[in-house]
Amino acid sequence: MTALPAIATAPRRMNPLRALRHGLTLTWRSLLKIRRNPEALIDVTLQPIIFVVLFVFIFGGAISGDWRSYLQFVLPGLMVQTIVFSTMGTGIALNTDIDKGVFDRFRSLPIARSGPLVGAVLGDLVRYALSLAVLLGFGAVLGFDFTGGFLGALAGCALVMGFALALCWAWVWLGVTMKKPQGVQGVGILLMFPLTFGSNVFVQAGTLPGWLQAFVSVNPVTYLVDATRGLILGGPVAQPVLSSLAWMAGLLVAFVPLALRAYRRRT
Amino acid sequence: MSYAIQAEGLVKRFGSTTALAGVDLAARTGSILGVLGPNGAGKTTAVRVLATLIKPDEGRARVGGFDTIRDAHKVRELIGLTGQYASVDEELTGLENLILLGRLLELSRKDARQRARDLLERFGLTDAAGRPASTYSGGMRRRLDLAASLVGRPTVLYLDEPTTGLDPHARAEVWDVIRGLVADGVTVLLTTQYLDEADQLTNEIAVIDHGRVVANGTPAQLKAKAGAQRLEIRPALASDLPAVARLMTELAGVAPTEGADPGLLGVPVHDPAVMTAAVRRLEDARIVVRELALRLPSLDEVFLALTGHRAEPIGAGNEPTGPRNGPAGPPSPADETAATEGRLA
Repeated sequence: MTALPAIATAPRRMNPLRALRHGLTLTWRSLLKIRRNPEALIDVTLQPIIFVVLFVFIFGGAISGDWRSYLQFVLPGLMVQTIVFSTMGTGIALNTDIDKGVFDRFRSLPIARSGPLVGAVLGDLVRYALSLAVLLGFGAVLGFDFTGGFLGALAGCALVMGFALALCWAWVWLGVTMKKPQGVQGVGILLMFPLTFGSNVFVQAGTLPGWLQAFVSVNPVTYLVDATRGLILGGPVAQPVLSSLAWMAGLLVAFVPLALRAYRRRT
Repeated sequence: MSYAIQAEGLVKRFGSTTALAGVDLAARTGSILGVLGPNGAGKTTAVRVLATLIKPDEGRARVGGFDTIRDAHKVRELIGLTGQYASVDEELTGLENLILLGRLLELSRKDARQRARDLLERFGLTDAAGRPASTYSGGMRRRLDLAASLVGRPTVLYLDEPTTGLDPHARAEVWDVIRGLVADGVTVLLTTQYLDEADQLTNEIAVIDHGRVVANGTPAQLKAKAGAQRLEIRPALASDLPAVARLMTELAGVAPTEGADPGLLGVPVHDPAVMTAAVRRLEDARIVVRELALRLPSLDEVFLALTGHRAEPIGAGNEPTGPRNGPAGPPSPADETAATEGRLA
């Protein structure tokens, strides 16, 4: 048996540079999709605004006496909540690609296996950044006082984004493992509500019943909120920031291998 | 002889289902190999193995001389894939989809754009270039899928049921494109449920059923076994049945069968001219008929002829007229569905 005449280009070896280029090309695709379909941004733009309005003006007075002081308290928490929710989109988008066969097209190409994952994750970083910008911008309009200064706000955003990057691997895993996008969404909501509401995002943990405090005190979202509040409002941050970083490392160690293994198996 | 595709003893199981039970396939370089079979026969699984998307449990396949497992990356540099699953991104425009693929294949920005424009032009999609793929009609979508599989100038192309669900006009267009590609030296593996498609396009056909290749050969060889076409006559009066049967025997050389549909006689024929002859003879004999048709044997009948059993589950045929119910004749089960593709009368 004779081989086909080789195609014009010499066989190319995969290397990190090429893999990065493939990942970036697929990131470009994610961004194109955002531009093509701005409705898909509703969850990261309109939703944070609705949450601010809902919590600050409806519950703010009841919780903190007046809505202004509640805004100071809840906005850093909402940053975390918004980001944690938007990581769900990563899993749903991946699952949709697999479900619709777009992934199989990519996989039949001579590109780095990691490309589609890198593209999905990096593309979502833009979504996360956008949602933080919307949230903080709207907060500023309502008179939020960045008492931690510009650098503190920046550090807070960076920490939250970093956490999102770590957490989204759990979603990559779910997105690759589950059969249908709707399933991913269902599981997502089931997990995200206790994680974000069972924390100090909306109220001081001290006001909760003991059993709930126990949950809140092991919930990573709690540490992240403490750290973000500290950075943005100014205050002690060392302990919560370290705990948050530890959780991020833990998430990465647990879910990156799981996600990659499931990815290789499914794809 | 050089083979672009060679598969030996492919076995693939999904849980307790055996999708492939030892499939051998071979396509000569520059030819079209047709893989014919009903839904669930294993066609798509075979293509997915050959396209490096899944690994076979047993057996091995070589594409362009490269092993699909060990040298998967090299195989991917050779192949193009169009199928129900290897899809374009519906949210992107036709142009964006093709540019994306060109960029992934490491064309420069300029070359990727040029390649995309050329392909859109070739497939008559220039006017739709700026529209999201989700707004394309079925035929346009299929052409975009084909264009997408050609961005990398593949030398081996897999087309998994490229015309299923297309109207006859769109089908003919896709056929023309496939013929053009083969003229350029591309090797094509085409899966289909349609006998006429395999007949029109392929040099070689493998009939696949329950994960096995049950028959192999050129379209002419298979048709010789299955009968190229069927002449069917339904006399208005049941009392004319014996006379019509005699007449058909004389025309076709073999006795017709009544099958599951009482009152309808059918016989395989190889010469389309029997149609006119039949009309003349019926007129001479003053026999009034209610139905007179020359049609291709359905996939089901090919299966029956080639394998001695029916294709099951019966594939979603072209435009089935619905089951013609009636008491089961001894040679065939009661659930016969007659396909009407190629009906001339």
